[in-house]
Amino acid sequence: MSQAGTIVAAGEPVRRTPVALLGLLRTNRRVAVGVGLVAILFLIALLSPVISPHDPLATSPDDSYLPPLSPGHLLGTDELGRDLFSRVLWGARVSLPVAFVAVGVGLFAGGIIGLASGYAGGLVDLLLMRLIDALLAFPGLILAIAIVAALGPGLRNAMIAIGIVAVPVYARLVRAVVLQLKQMEFIAATRSLGASPWRLIVRHLIPNLMNPILVQVSLSAGFAILAEATLSFLGLGAQLPTPDWGQMINSGSTFLNNDAWLAIVPGAAISVTVYSFNLLGDSLRDALDPRLRS
Amino acid sequence: MPHGRLLELTGVETQLRVKDGTVRAVDGVSFSVDAGETLGIVGESGSGKSMTALSIMRLLPRSGAIAAGSIKFKGRELTELSEDEMEAIRGTEIAMIFQDPMTSLNPVFRTGWQVAEPLRIHRHEDRRRAEQSVVSLFTQVGIPDAARRAAQFPHMFSGGMRQRAMIAMGLSTGPSLLIADEPTTALDVTIQAQILELLRGLNRDHGTATILITHNLGVVAGMCDRVIVMYAGRIVEEGRTEDVFAHPEHPYTWSLLRSIPRLDVEEHEELRAIEGSPPNMTKLPAGCKFHPRCPFVIPRCAQEEPELRPVREQLARCWVTQQGTSLDSAAAHG
Repeated sequence: MSQAGTIVAAGEPVRRTPVALLGLLRTNRRVAVGVGLVAILFLIALLSPVISPHDPLATSPDDSYLPPLSPGHLLGTDELGRDLFSRVLWGARVSLPVAFVAVGVGLFAGGIIGLASGYAGGLVDLLLMRLIDALLAFPGLILAIAIVAALGPGLRNAMIAIGIVAVPVYARLVRAVVLQLKQMEFIAATRSLGASPWRLIVRHLIPNLMNPILVQVSLSAGFAILAEATLSFLGLGAQLPTPDWGQMINSGSTFLNNDAWLAIVPGAAISVTVYSFNLLGDSLRDALDPRLRS
Repeated sequence: MPHGRLLELTGVETQLRVKDGTVRAVDGVSFSVDAGETLGIVGESGSGKSMTALSIMRLLPRSGAIAAGSIKFKGRELTELSEDEMEAIRGTEIAMIFQDPMTSLNPVFRTGWQVAEPLRIHRHEDRRRAEQSVVSLFTQVGIPDAARRAAQFPHMFSGGMRQRAMIAMGLSTGPSLLIADEPTTALDVTIQAQILELLRGLNRDHGTATILITHNLGVVAGMCDRVIVMYAGRIVEEGRTEDVFAHPEHPYTWSLLRSIPRLDVEEHEELRAIEGSPPNMTKLPAGCKFHPRCPFVIPRCAQEEPELRPVREQLARCWVTQQGTSLDSAAAHG
């Protein structure tokens, strides 16, 4: 997962329409698969109360340690006899919202910092970018762990921590695109029509940022899911008995010798989810990058 | 055509902060534009012509500021207006078109939507009204199939069509002054001619006064009533286009005119480049700023800077011609 930030060149500037994005679904198979997988994940999160065969919290000591493909328990049961399949489905309800709130925090804060930095330039740029450099100096996960340790464990603080870790990526991405756009004459031309700086930024600059941001959101959603799982694995995120993938791996790890599926099943769920978001991000980046467009 | 003073600059001085200090990009420039008139500003890169235009629009880069002088537009002092008041003037009273039509339209919006932006900002037109206005504007500036073109994105437009769209945008609110900063430099010669013809027609039909900034003397000859020649941030010659072209009274203008090929003289004179290179604005020479490159230089030029004074029908900033010497005869004897 690249935390370095993927910059979609705005050199030959983006041509965005909602129509064009929908068209990508039809013409680009990788984008279509990525969108499809992510859509399925969201449906699972949305519908897990309906489609789960069992209550994810209901224990049944008689049925503990059932292996996968046991009758009535597709993926088996854990040490307390809870249905793993249901717990994995419910886990999506934790991971996806956490990832998206975290990405939202990063996008919002990073976007504002990047816009201010790129548009204002000068001293503002210098100070904001040094702040971002300071954030970047820490490895992402270490920083997230430190922040949660400071704020106290829990999902809310995990979201904040992951969001803060994502800030530099968005700040740098937005700043880079704004710097490129500033060279283009339509900025001066729009000002010469009597548009205020505020109108210029909101109505003329921000729409140009949508493509690279879309790509980065998909990619950092993958990172955020992994980070959330990691924090929960360490006991800093979701707390018992919430069915959470990272937390499930943690408790499953005790039984790796005899009942490895207890850790493997939630691990696979994380892998599939992260893969889906990365596929979407990668394919969008390729499809929207004019240098790679045939 | 309406008459009267539209724009008057007096002693405008614009400073730019650069690495090693400040540079006077525009240095004591005074001129005026009457309603309906076309004024050409010529000069090489860095002579201050674009900075003069941006000073009028108050759209200088962050490192720039108007340090002195007055810019009066329809009797209002632009240098004293608040930013809000200035925004109300930009796009309604004064419009500007830029050099590079490839980047002067925002790539993510439909062209028609962009062209209607001034109408939305200043007249608060709703979508329907604005769309109708755009179609009629496109037709006026010679964009065929206007309704369909308005729905297209800028990358589907050729350079000439984009420049037409920019002109449509500038004209949408019926400004009384249009500043065109090198409007044809980035275009093919045939397209250049079409765009110039369009500007000329608009000037004729609507009486929009135009300031045409260019380094192309041919464009000036075909378009402008009067011309200003700038060098090192100063006006070095100013006069009616016929006069300046017939008998330039500043050696810089004289040299410029001799550096372009002409088809109307039988004996082809050798084209002459201007010796030396454009001045370094941070280290301007003493005296006349052109004297190190001037073929007519006299000792006084290196010591004292001449004023802009009447010489025959025009104004020129040159010791030699102010004494009554003719540049052509001096060159013949030289």
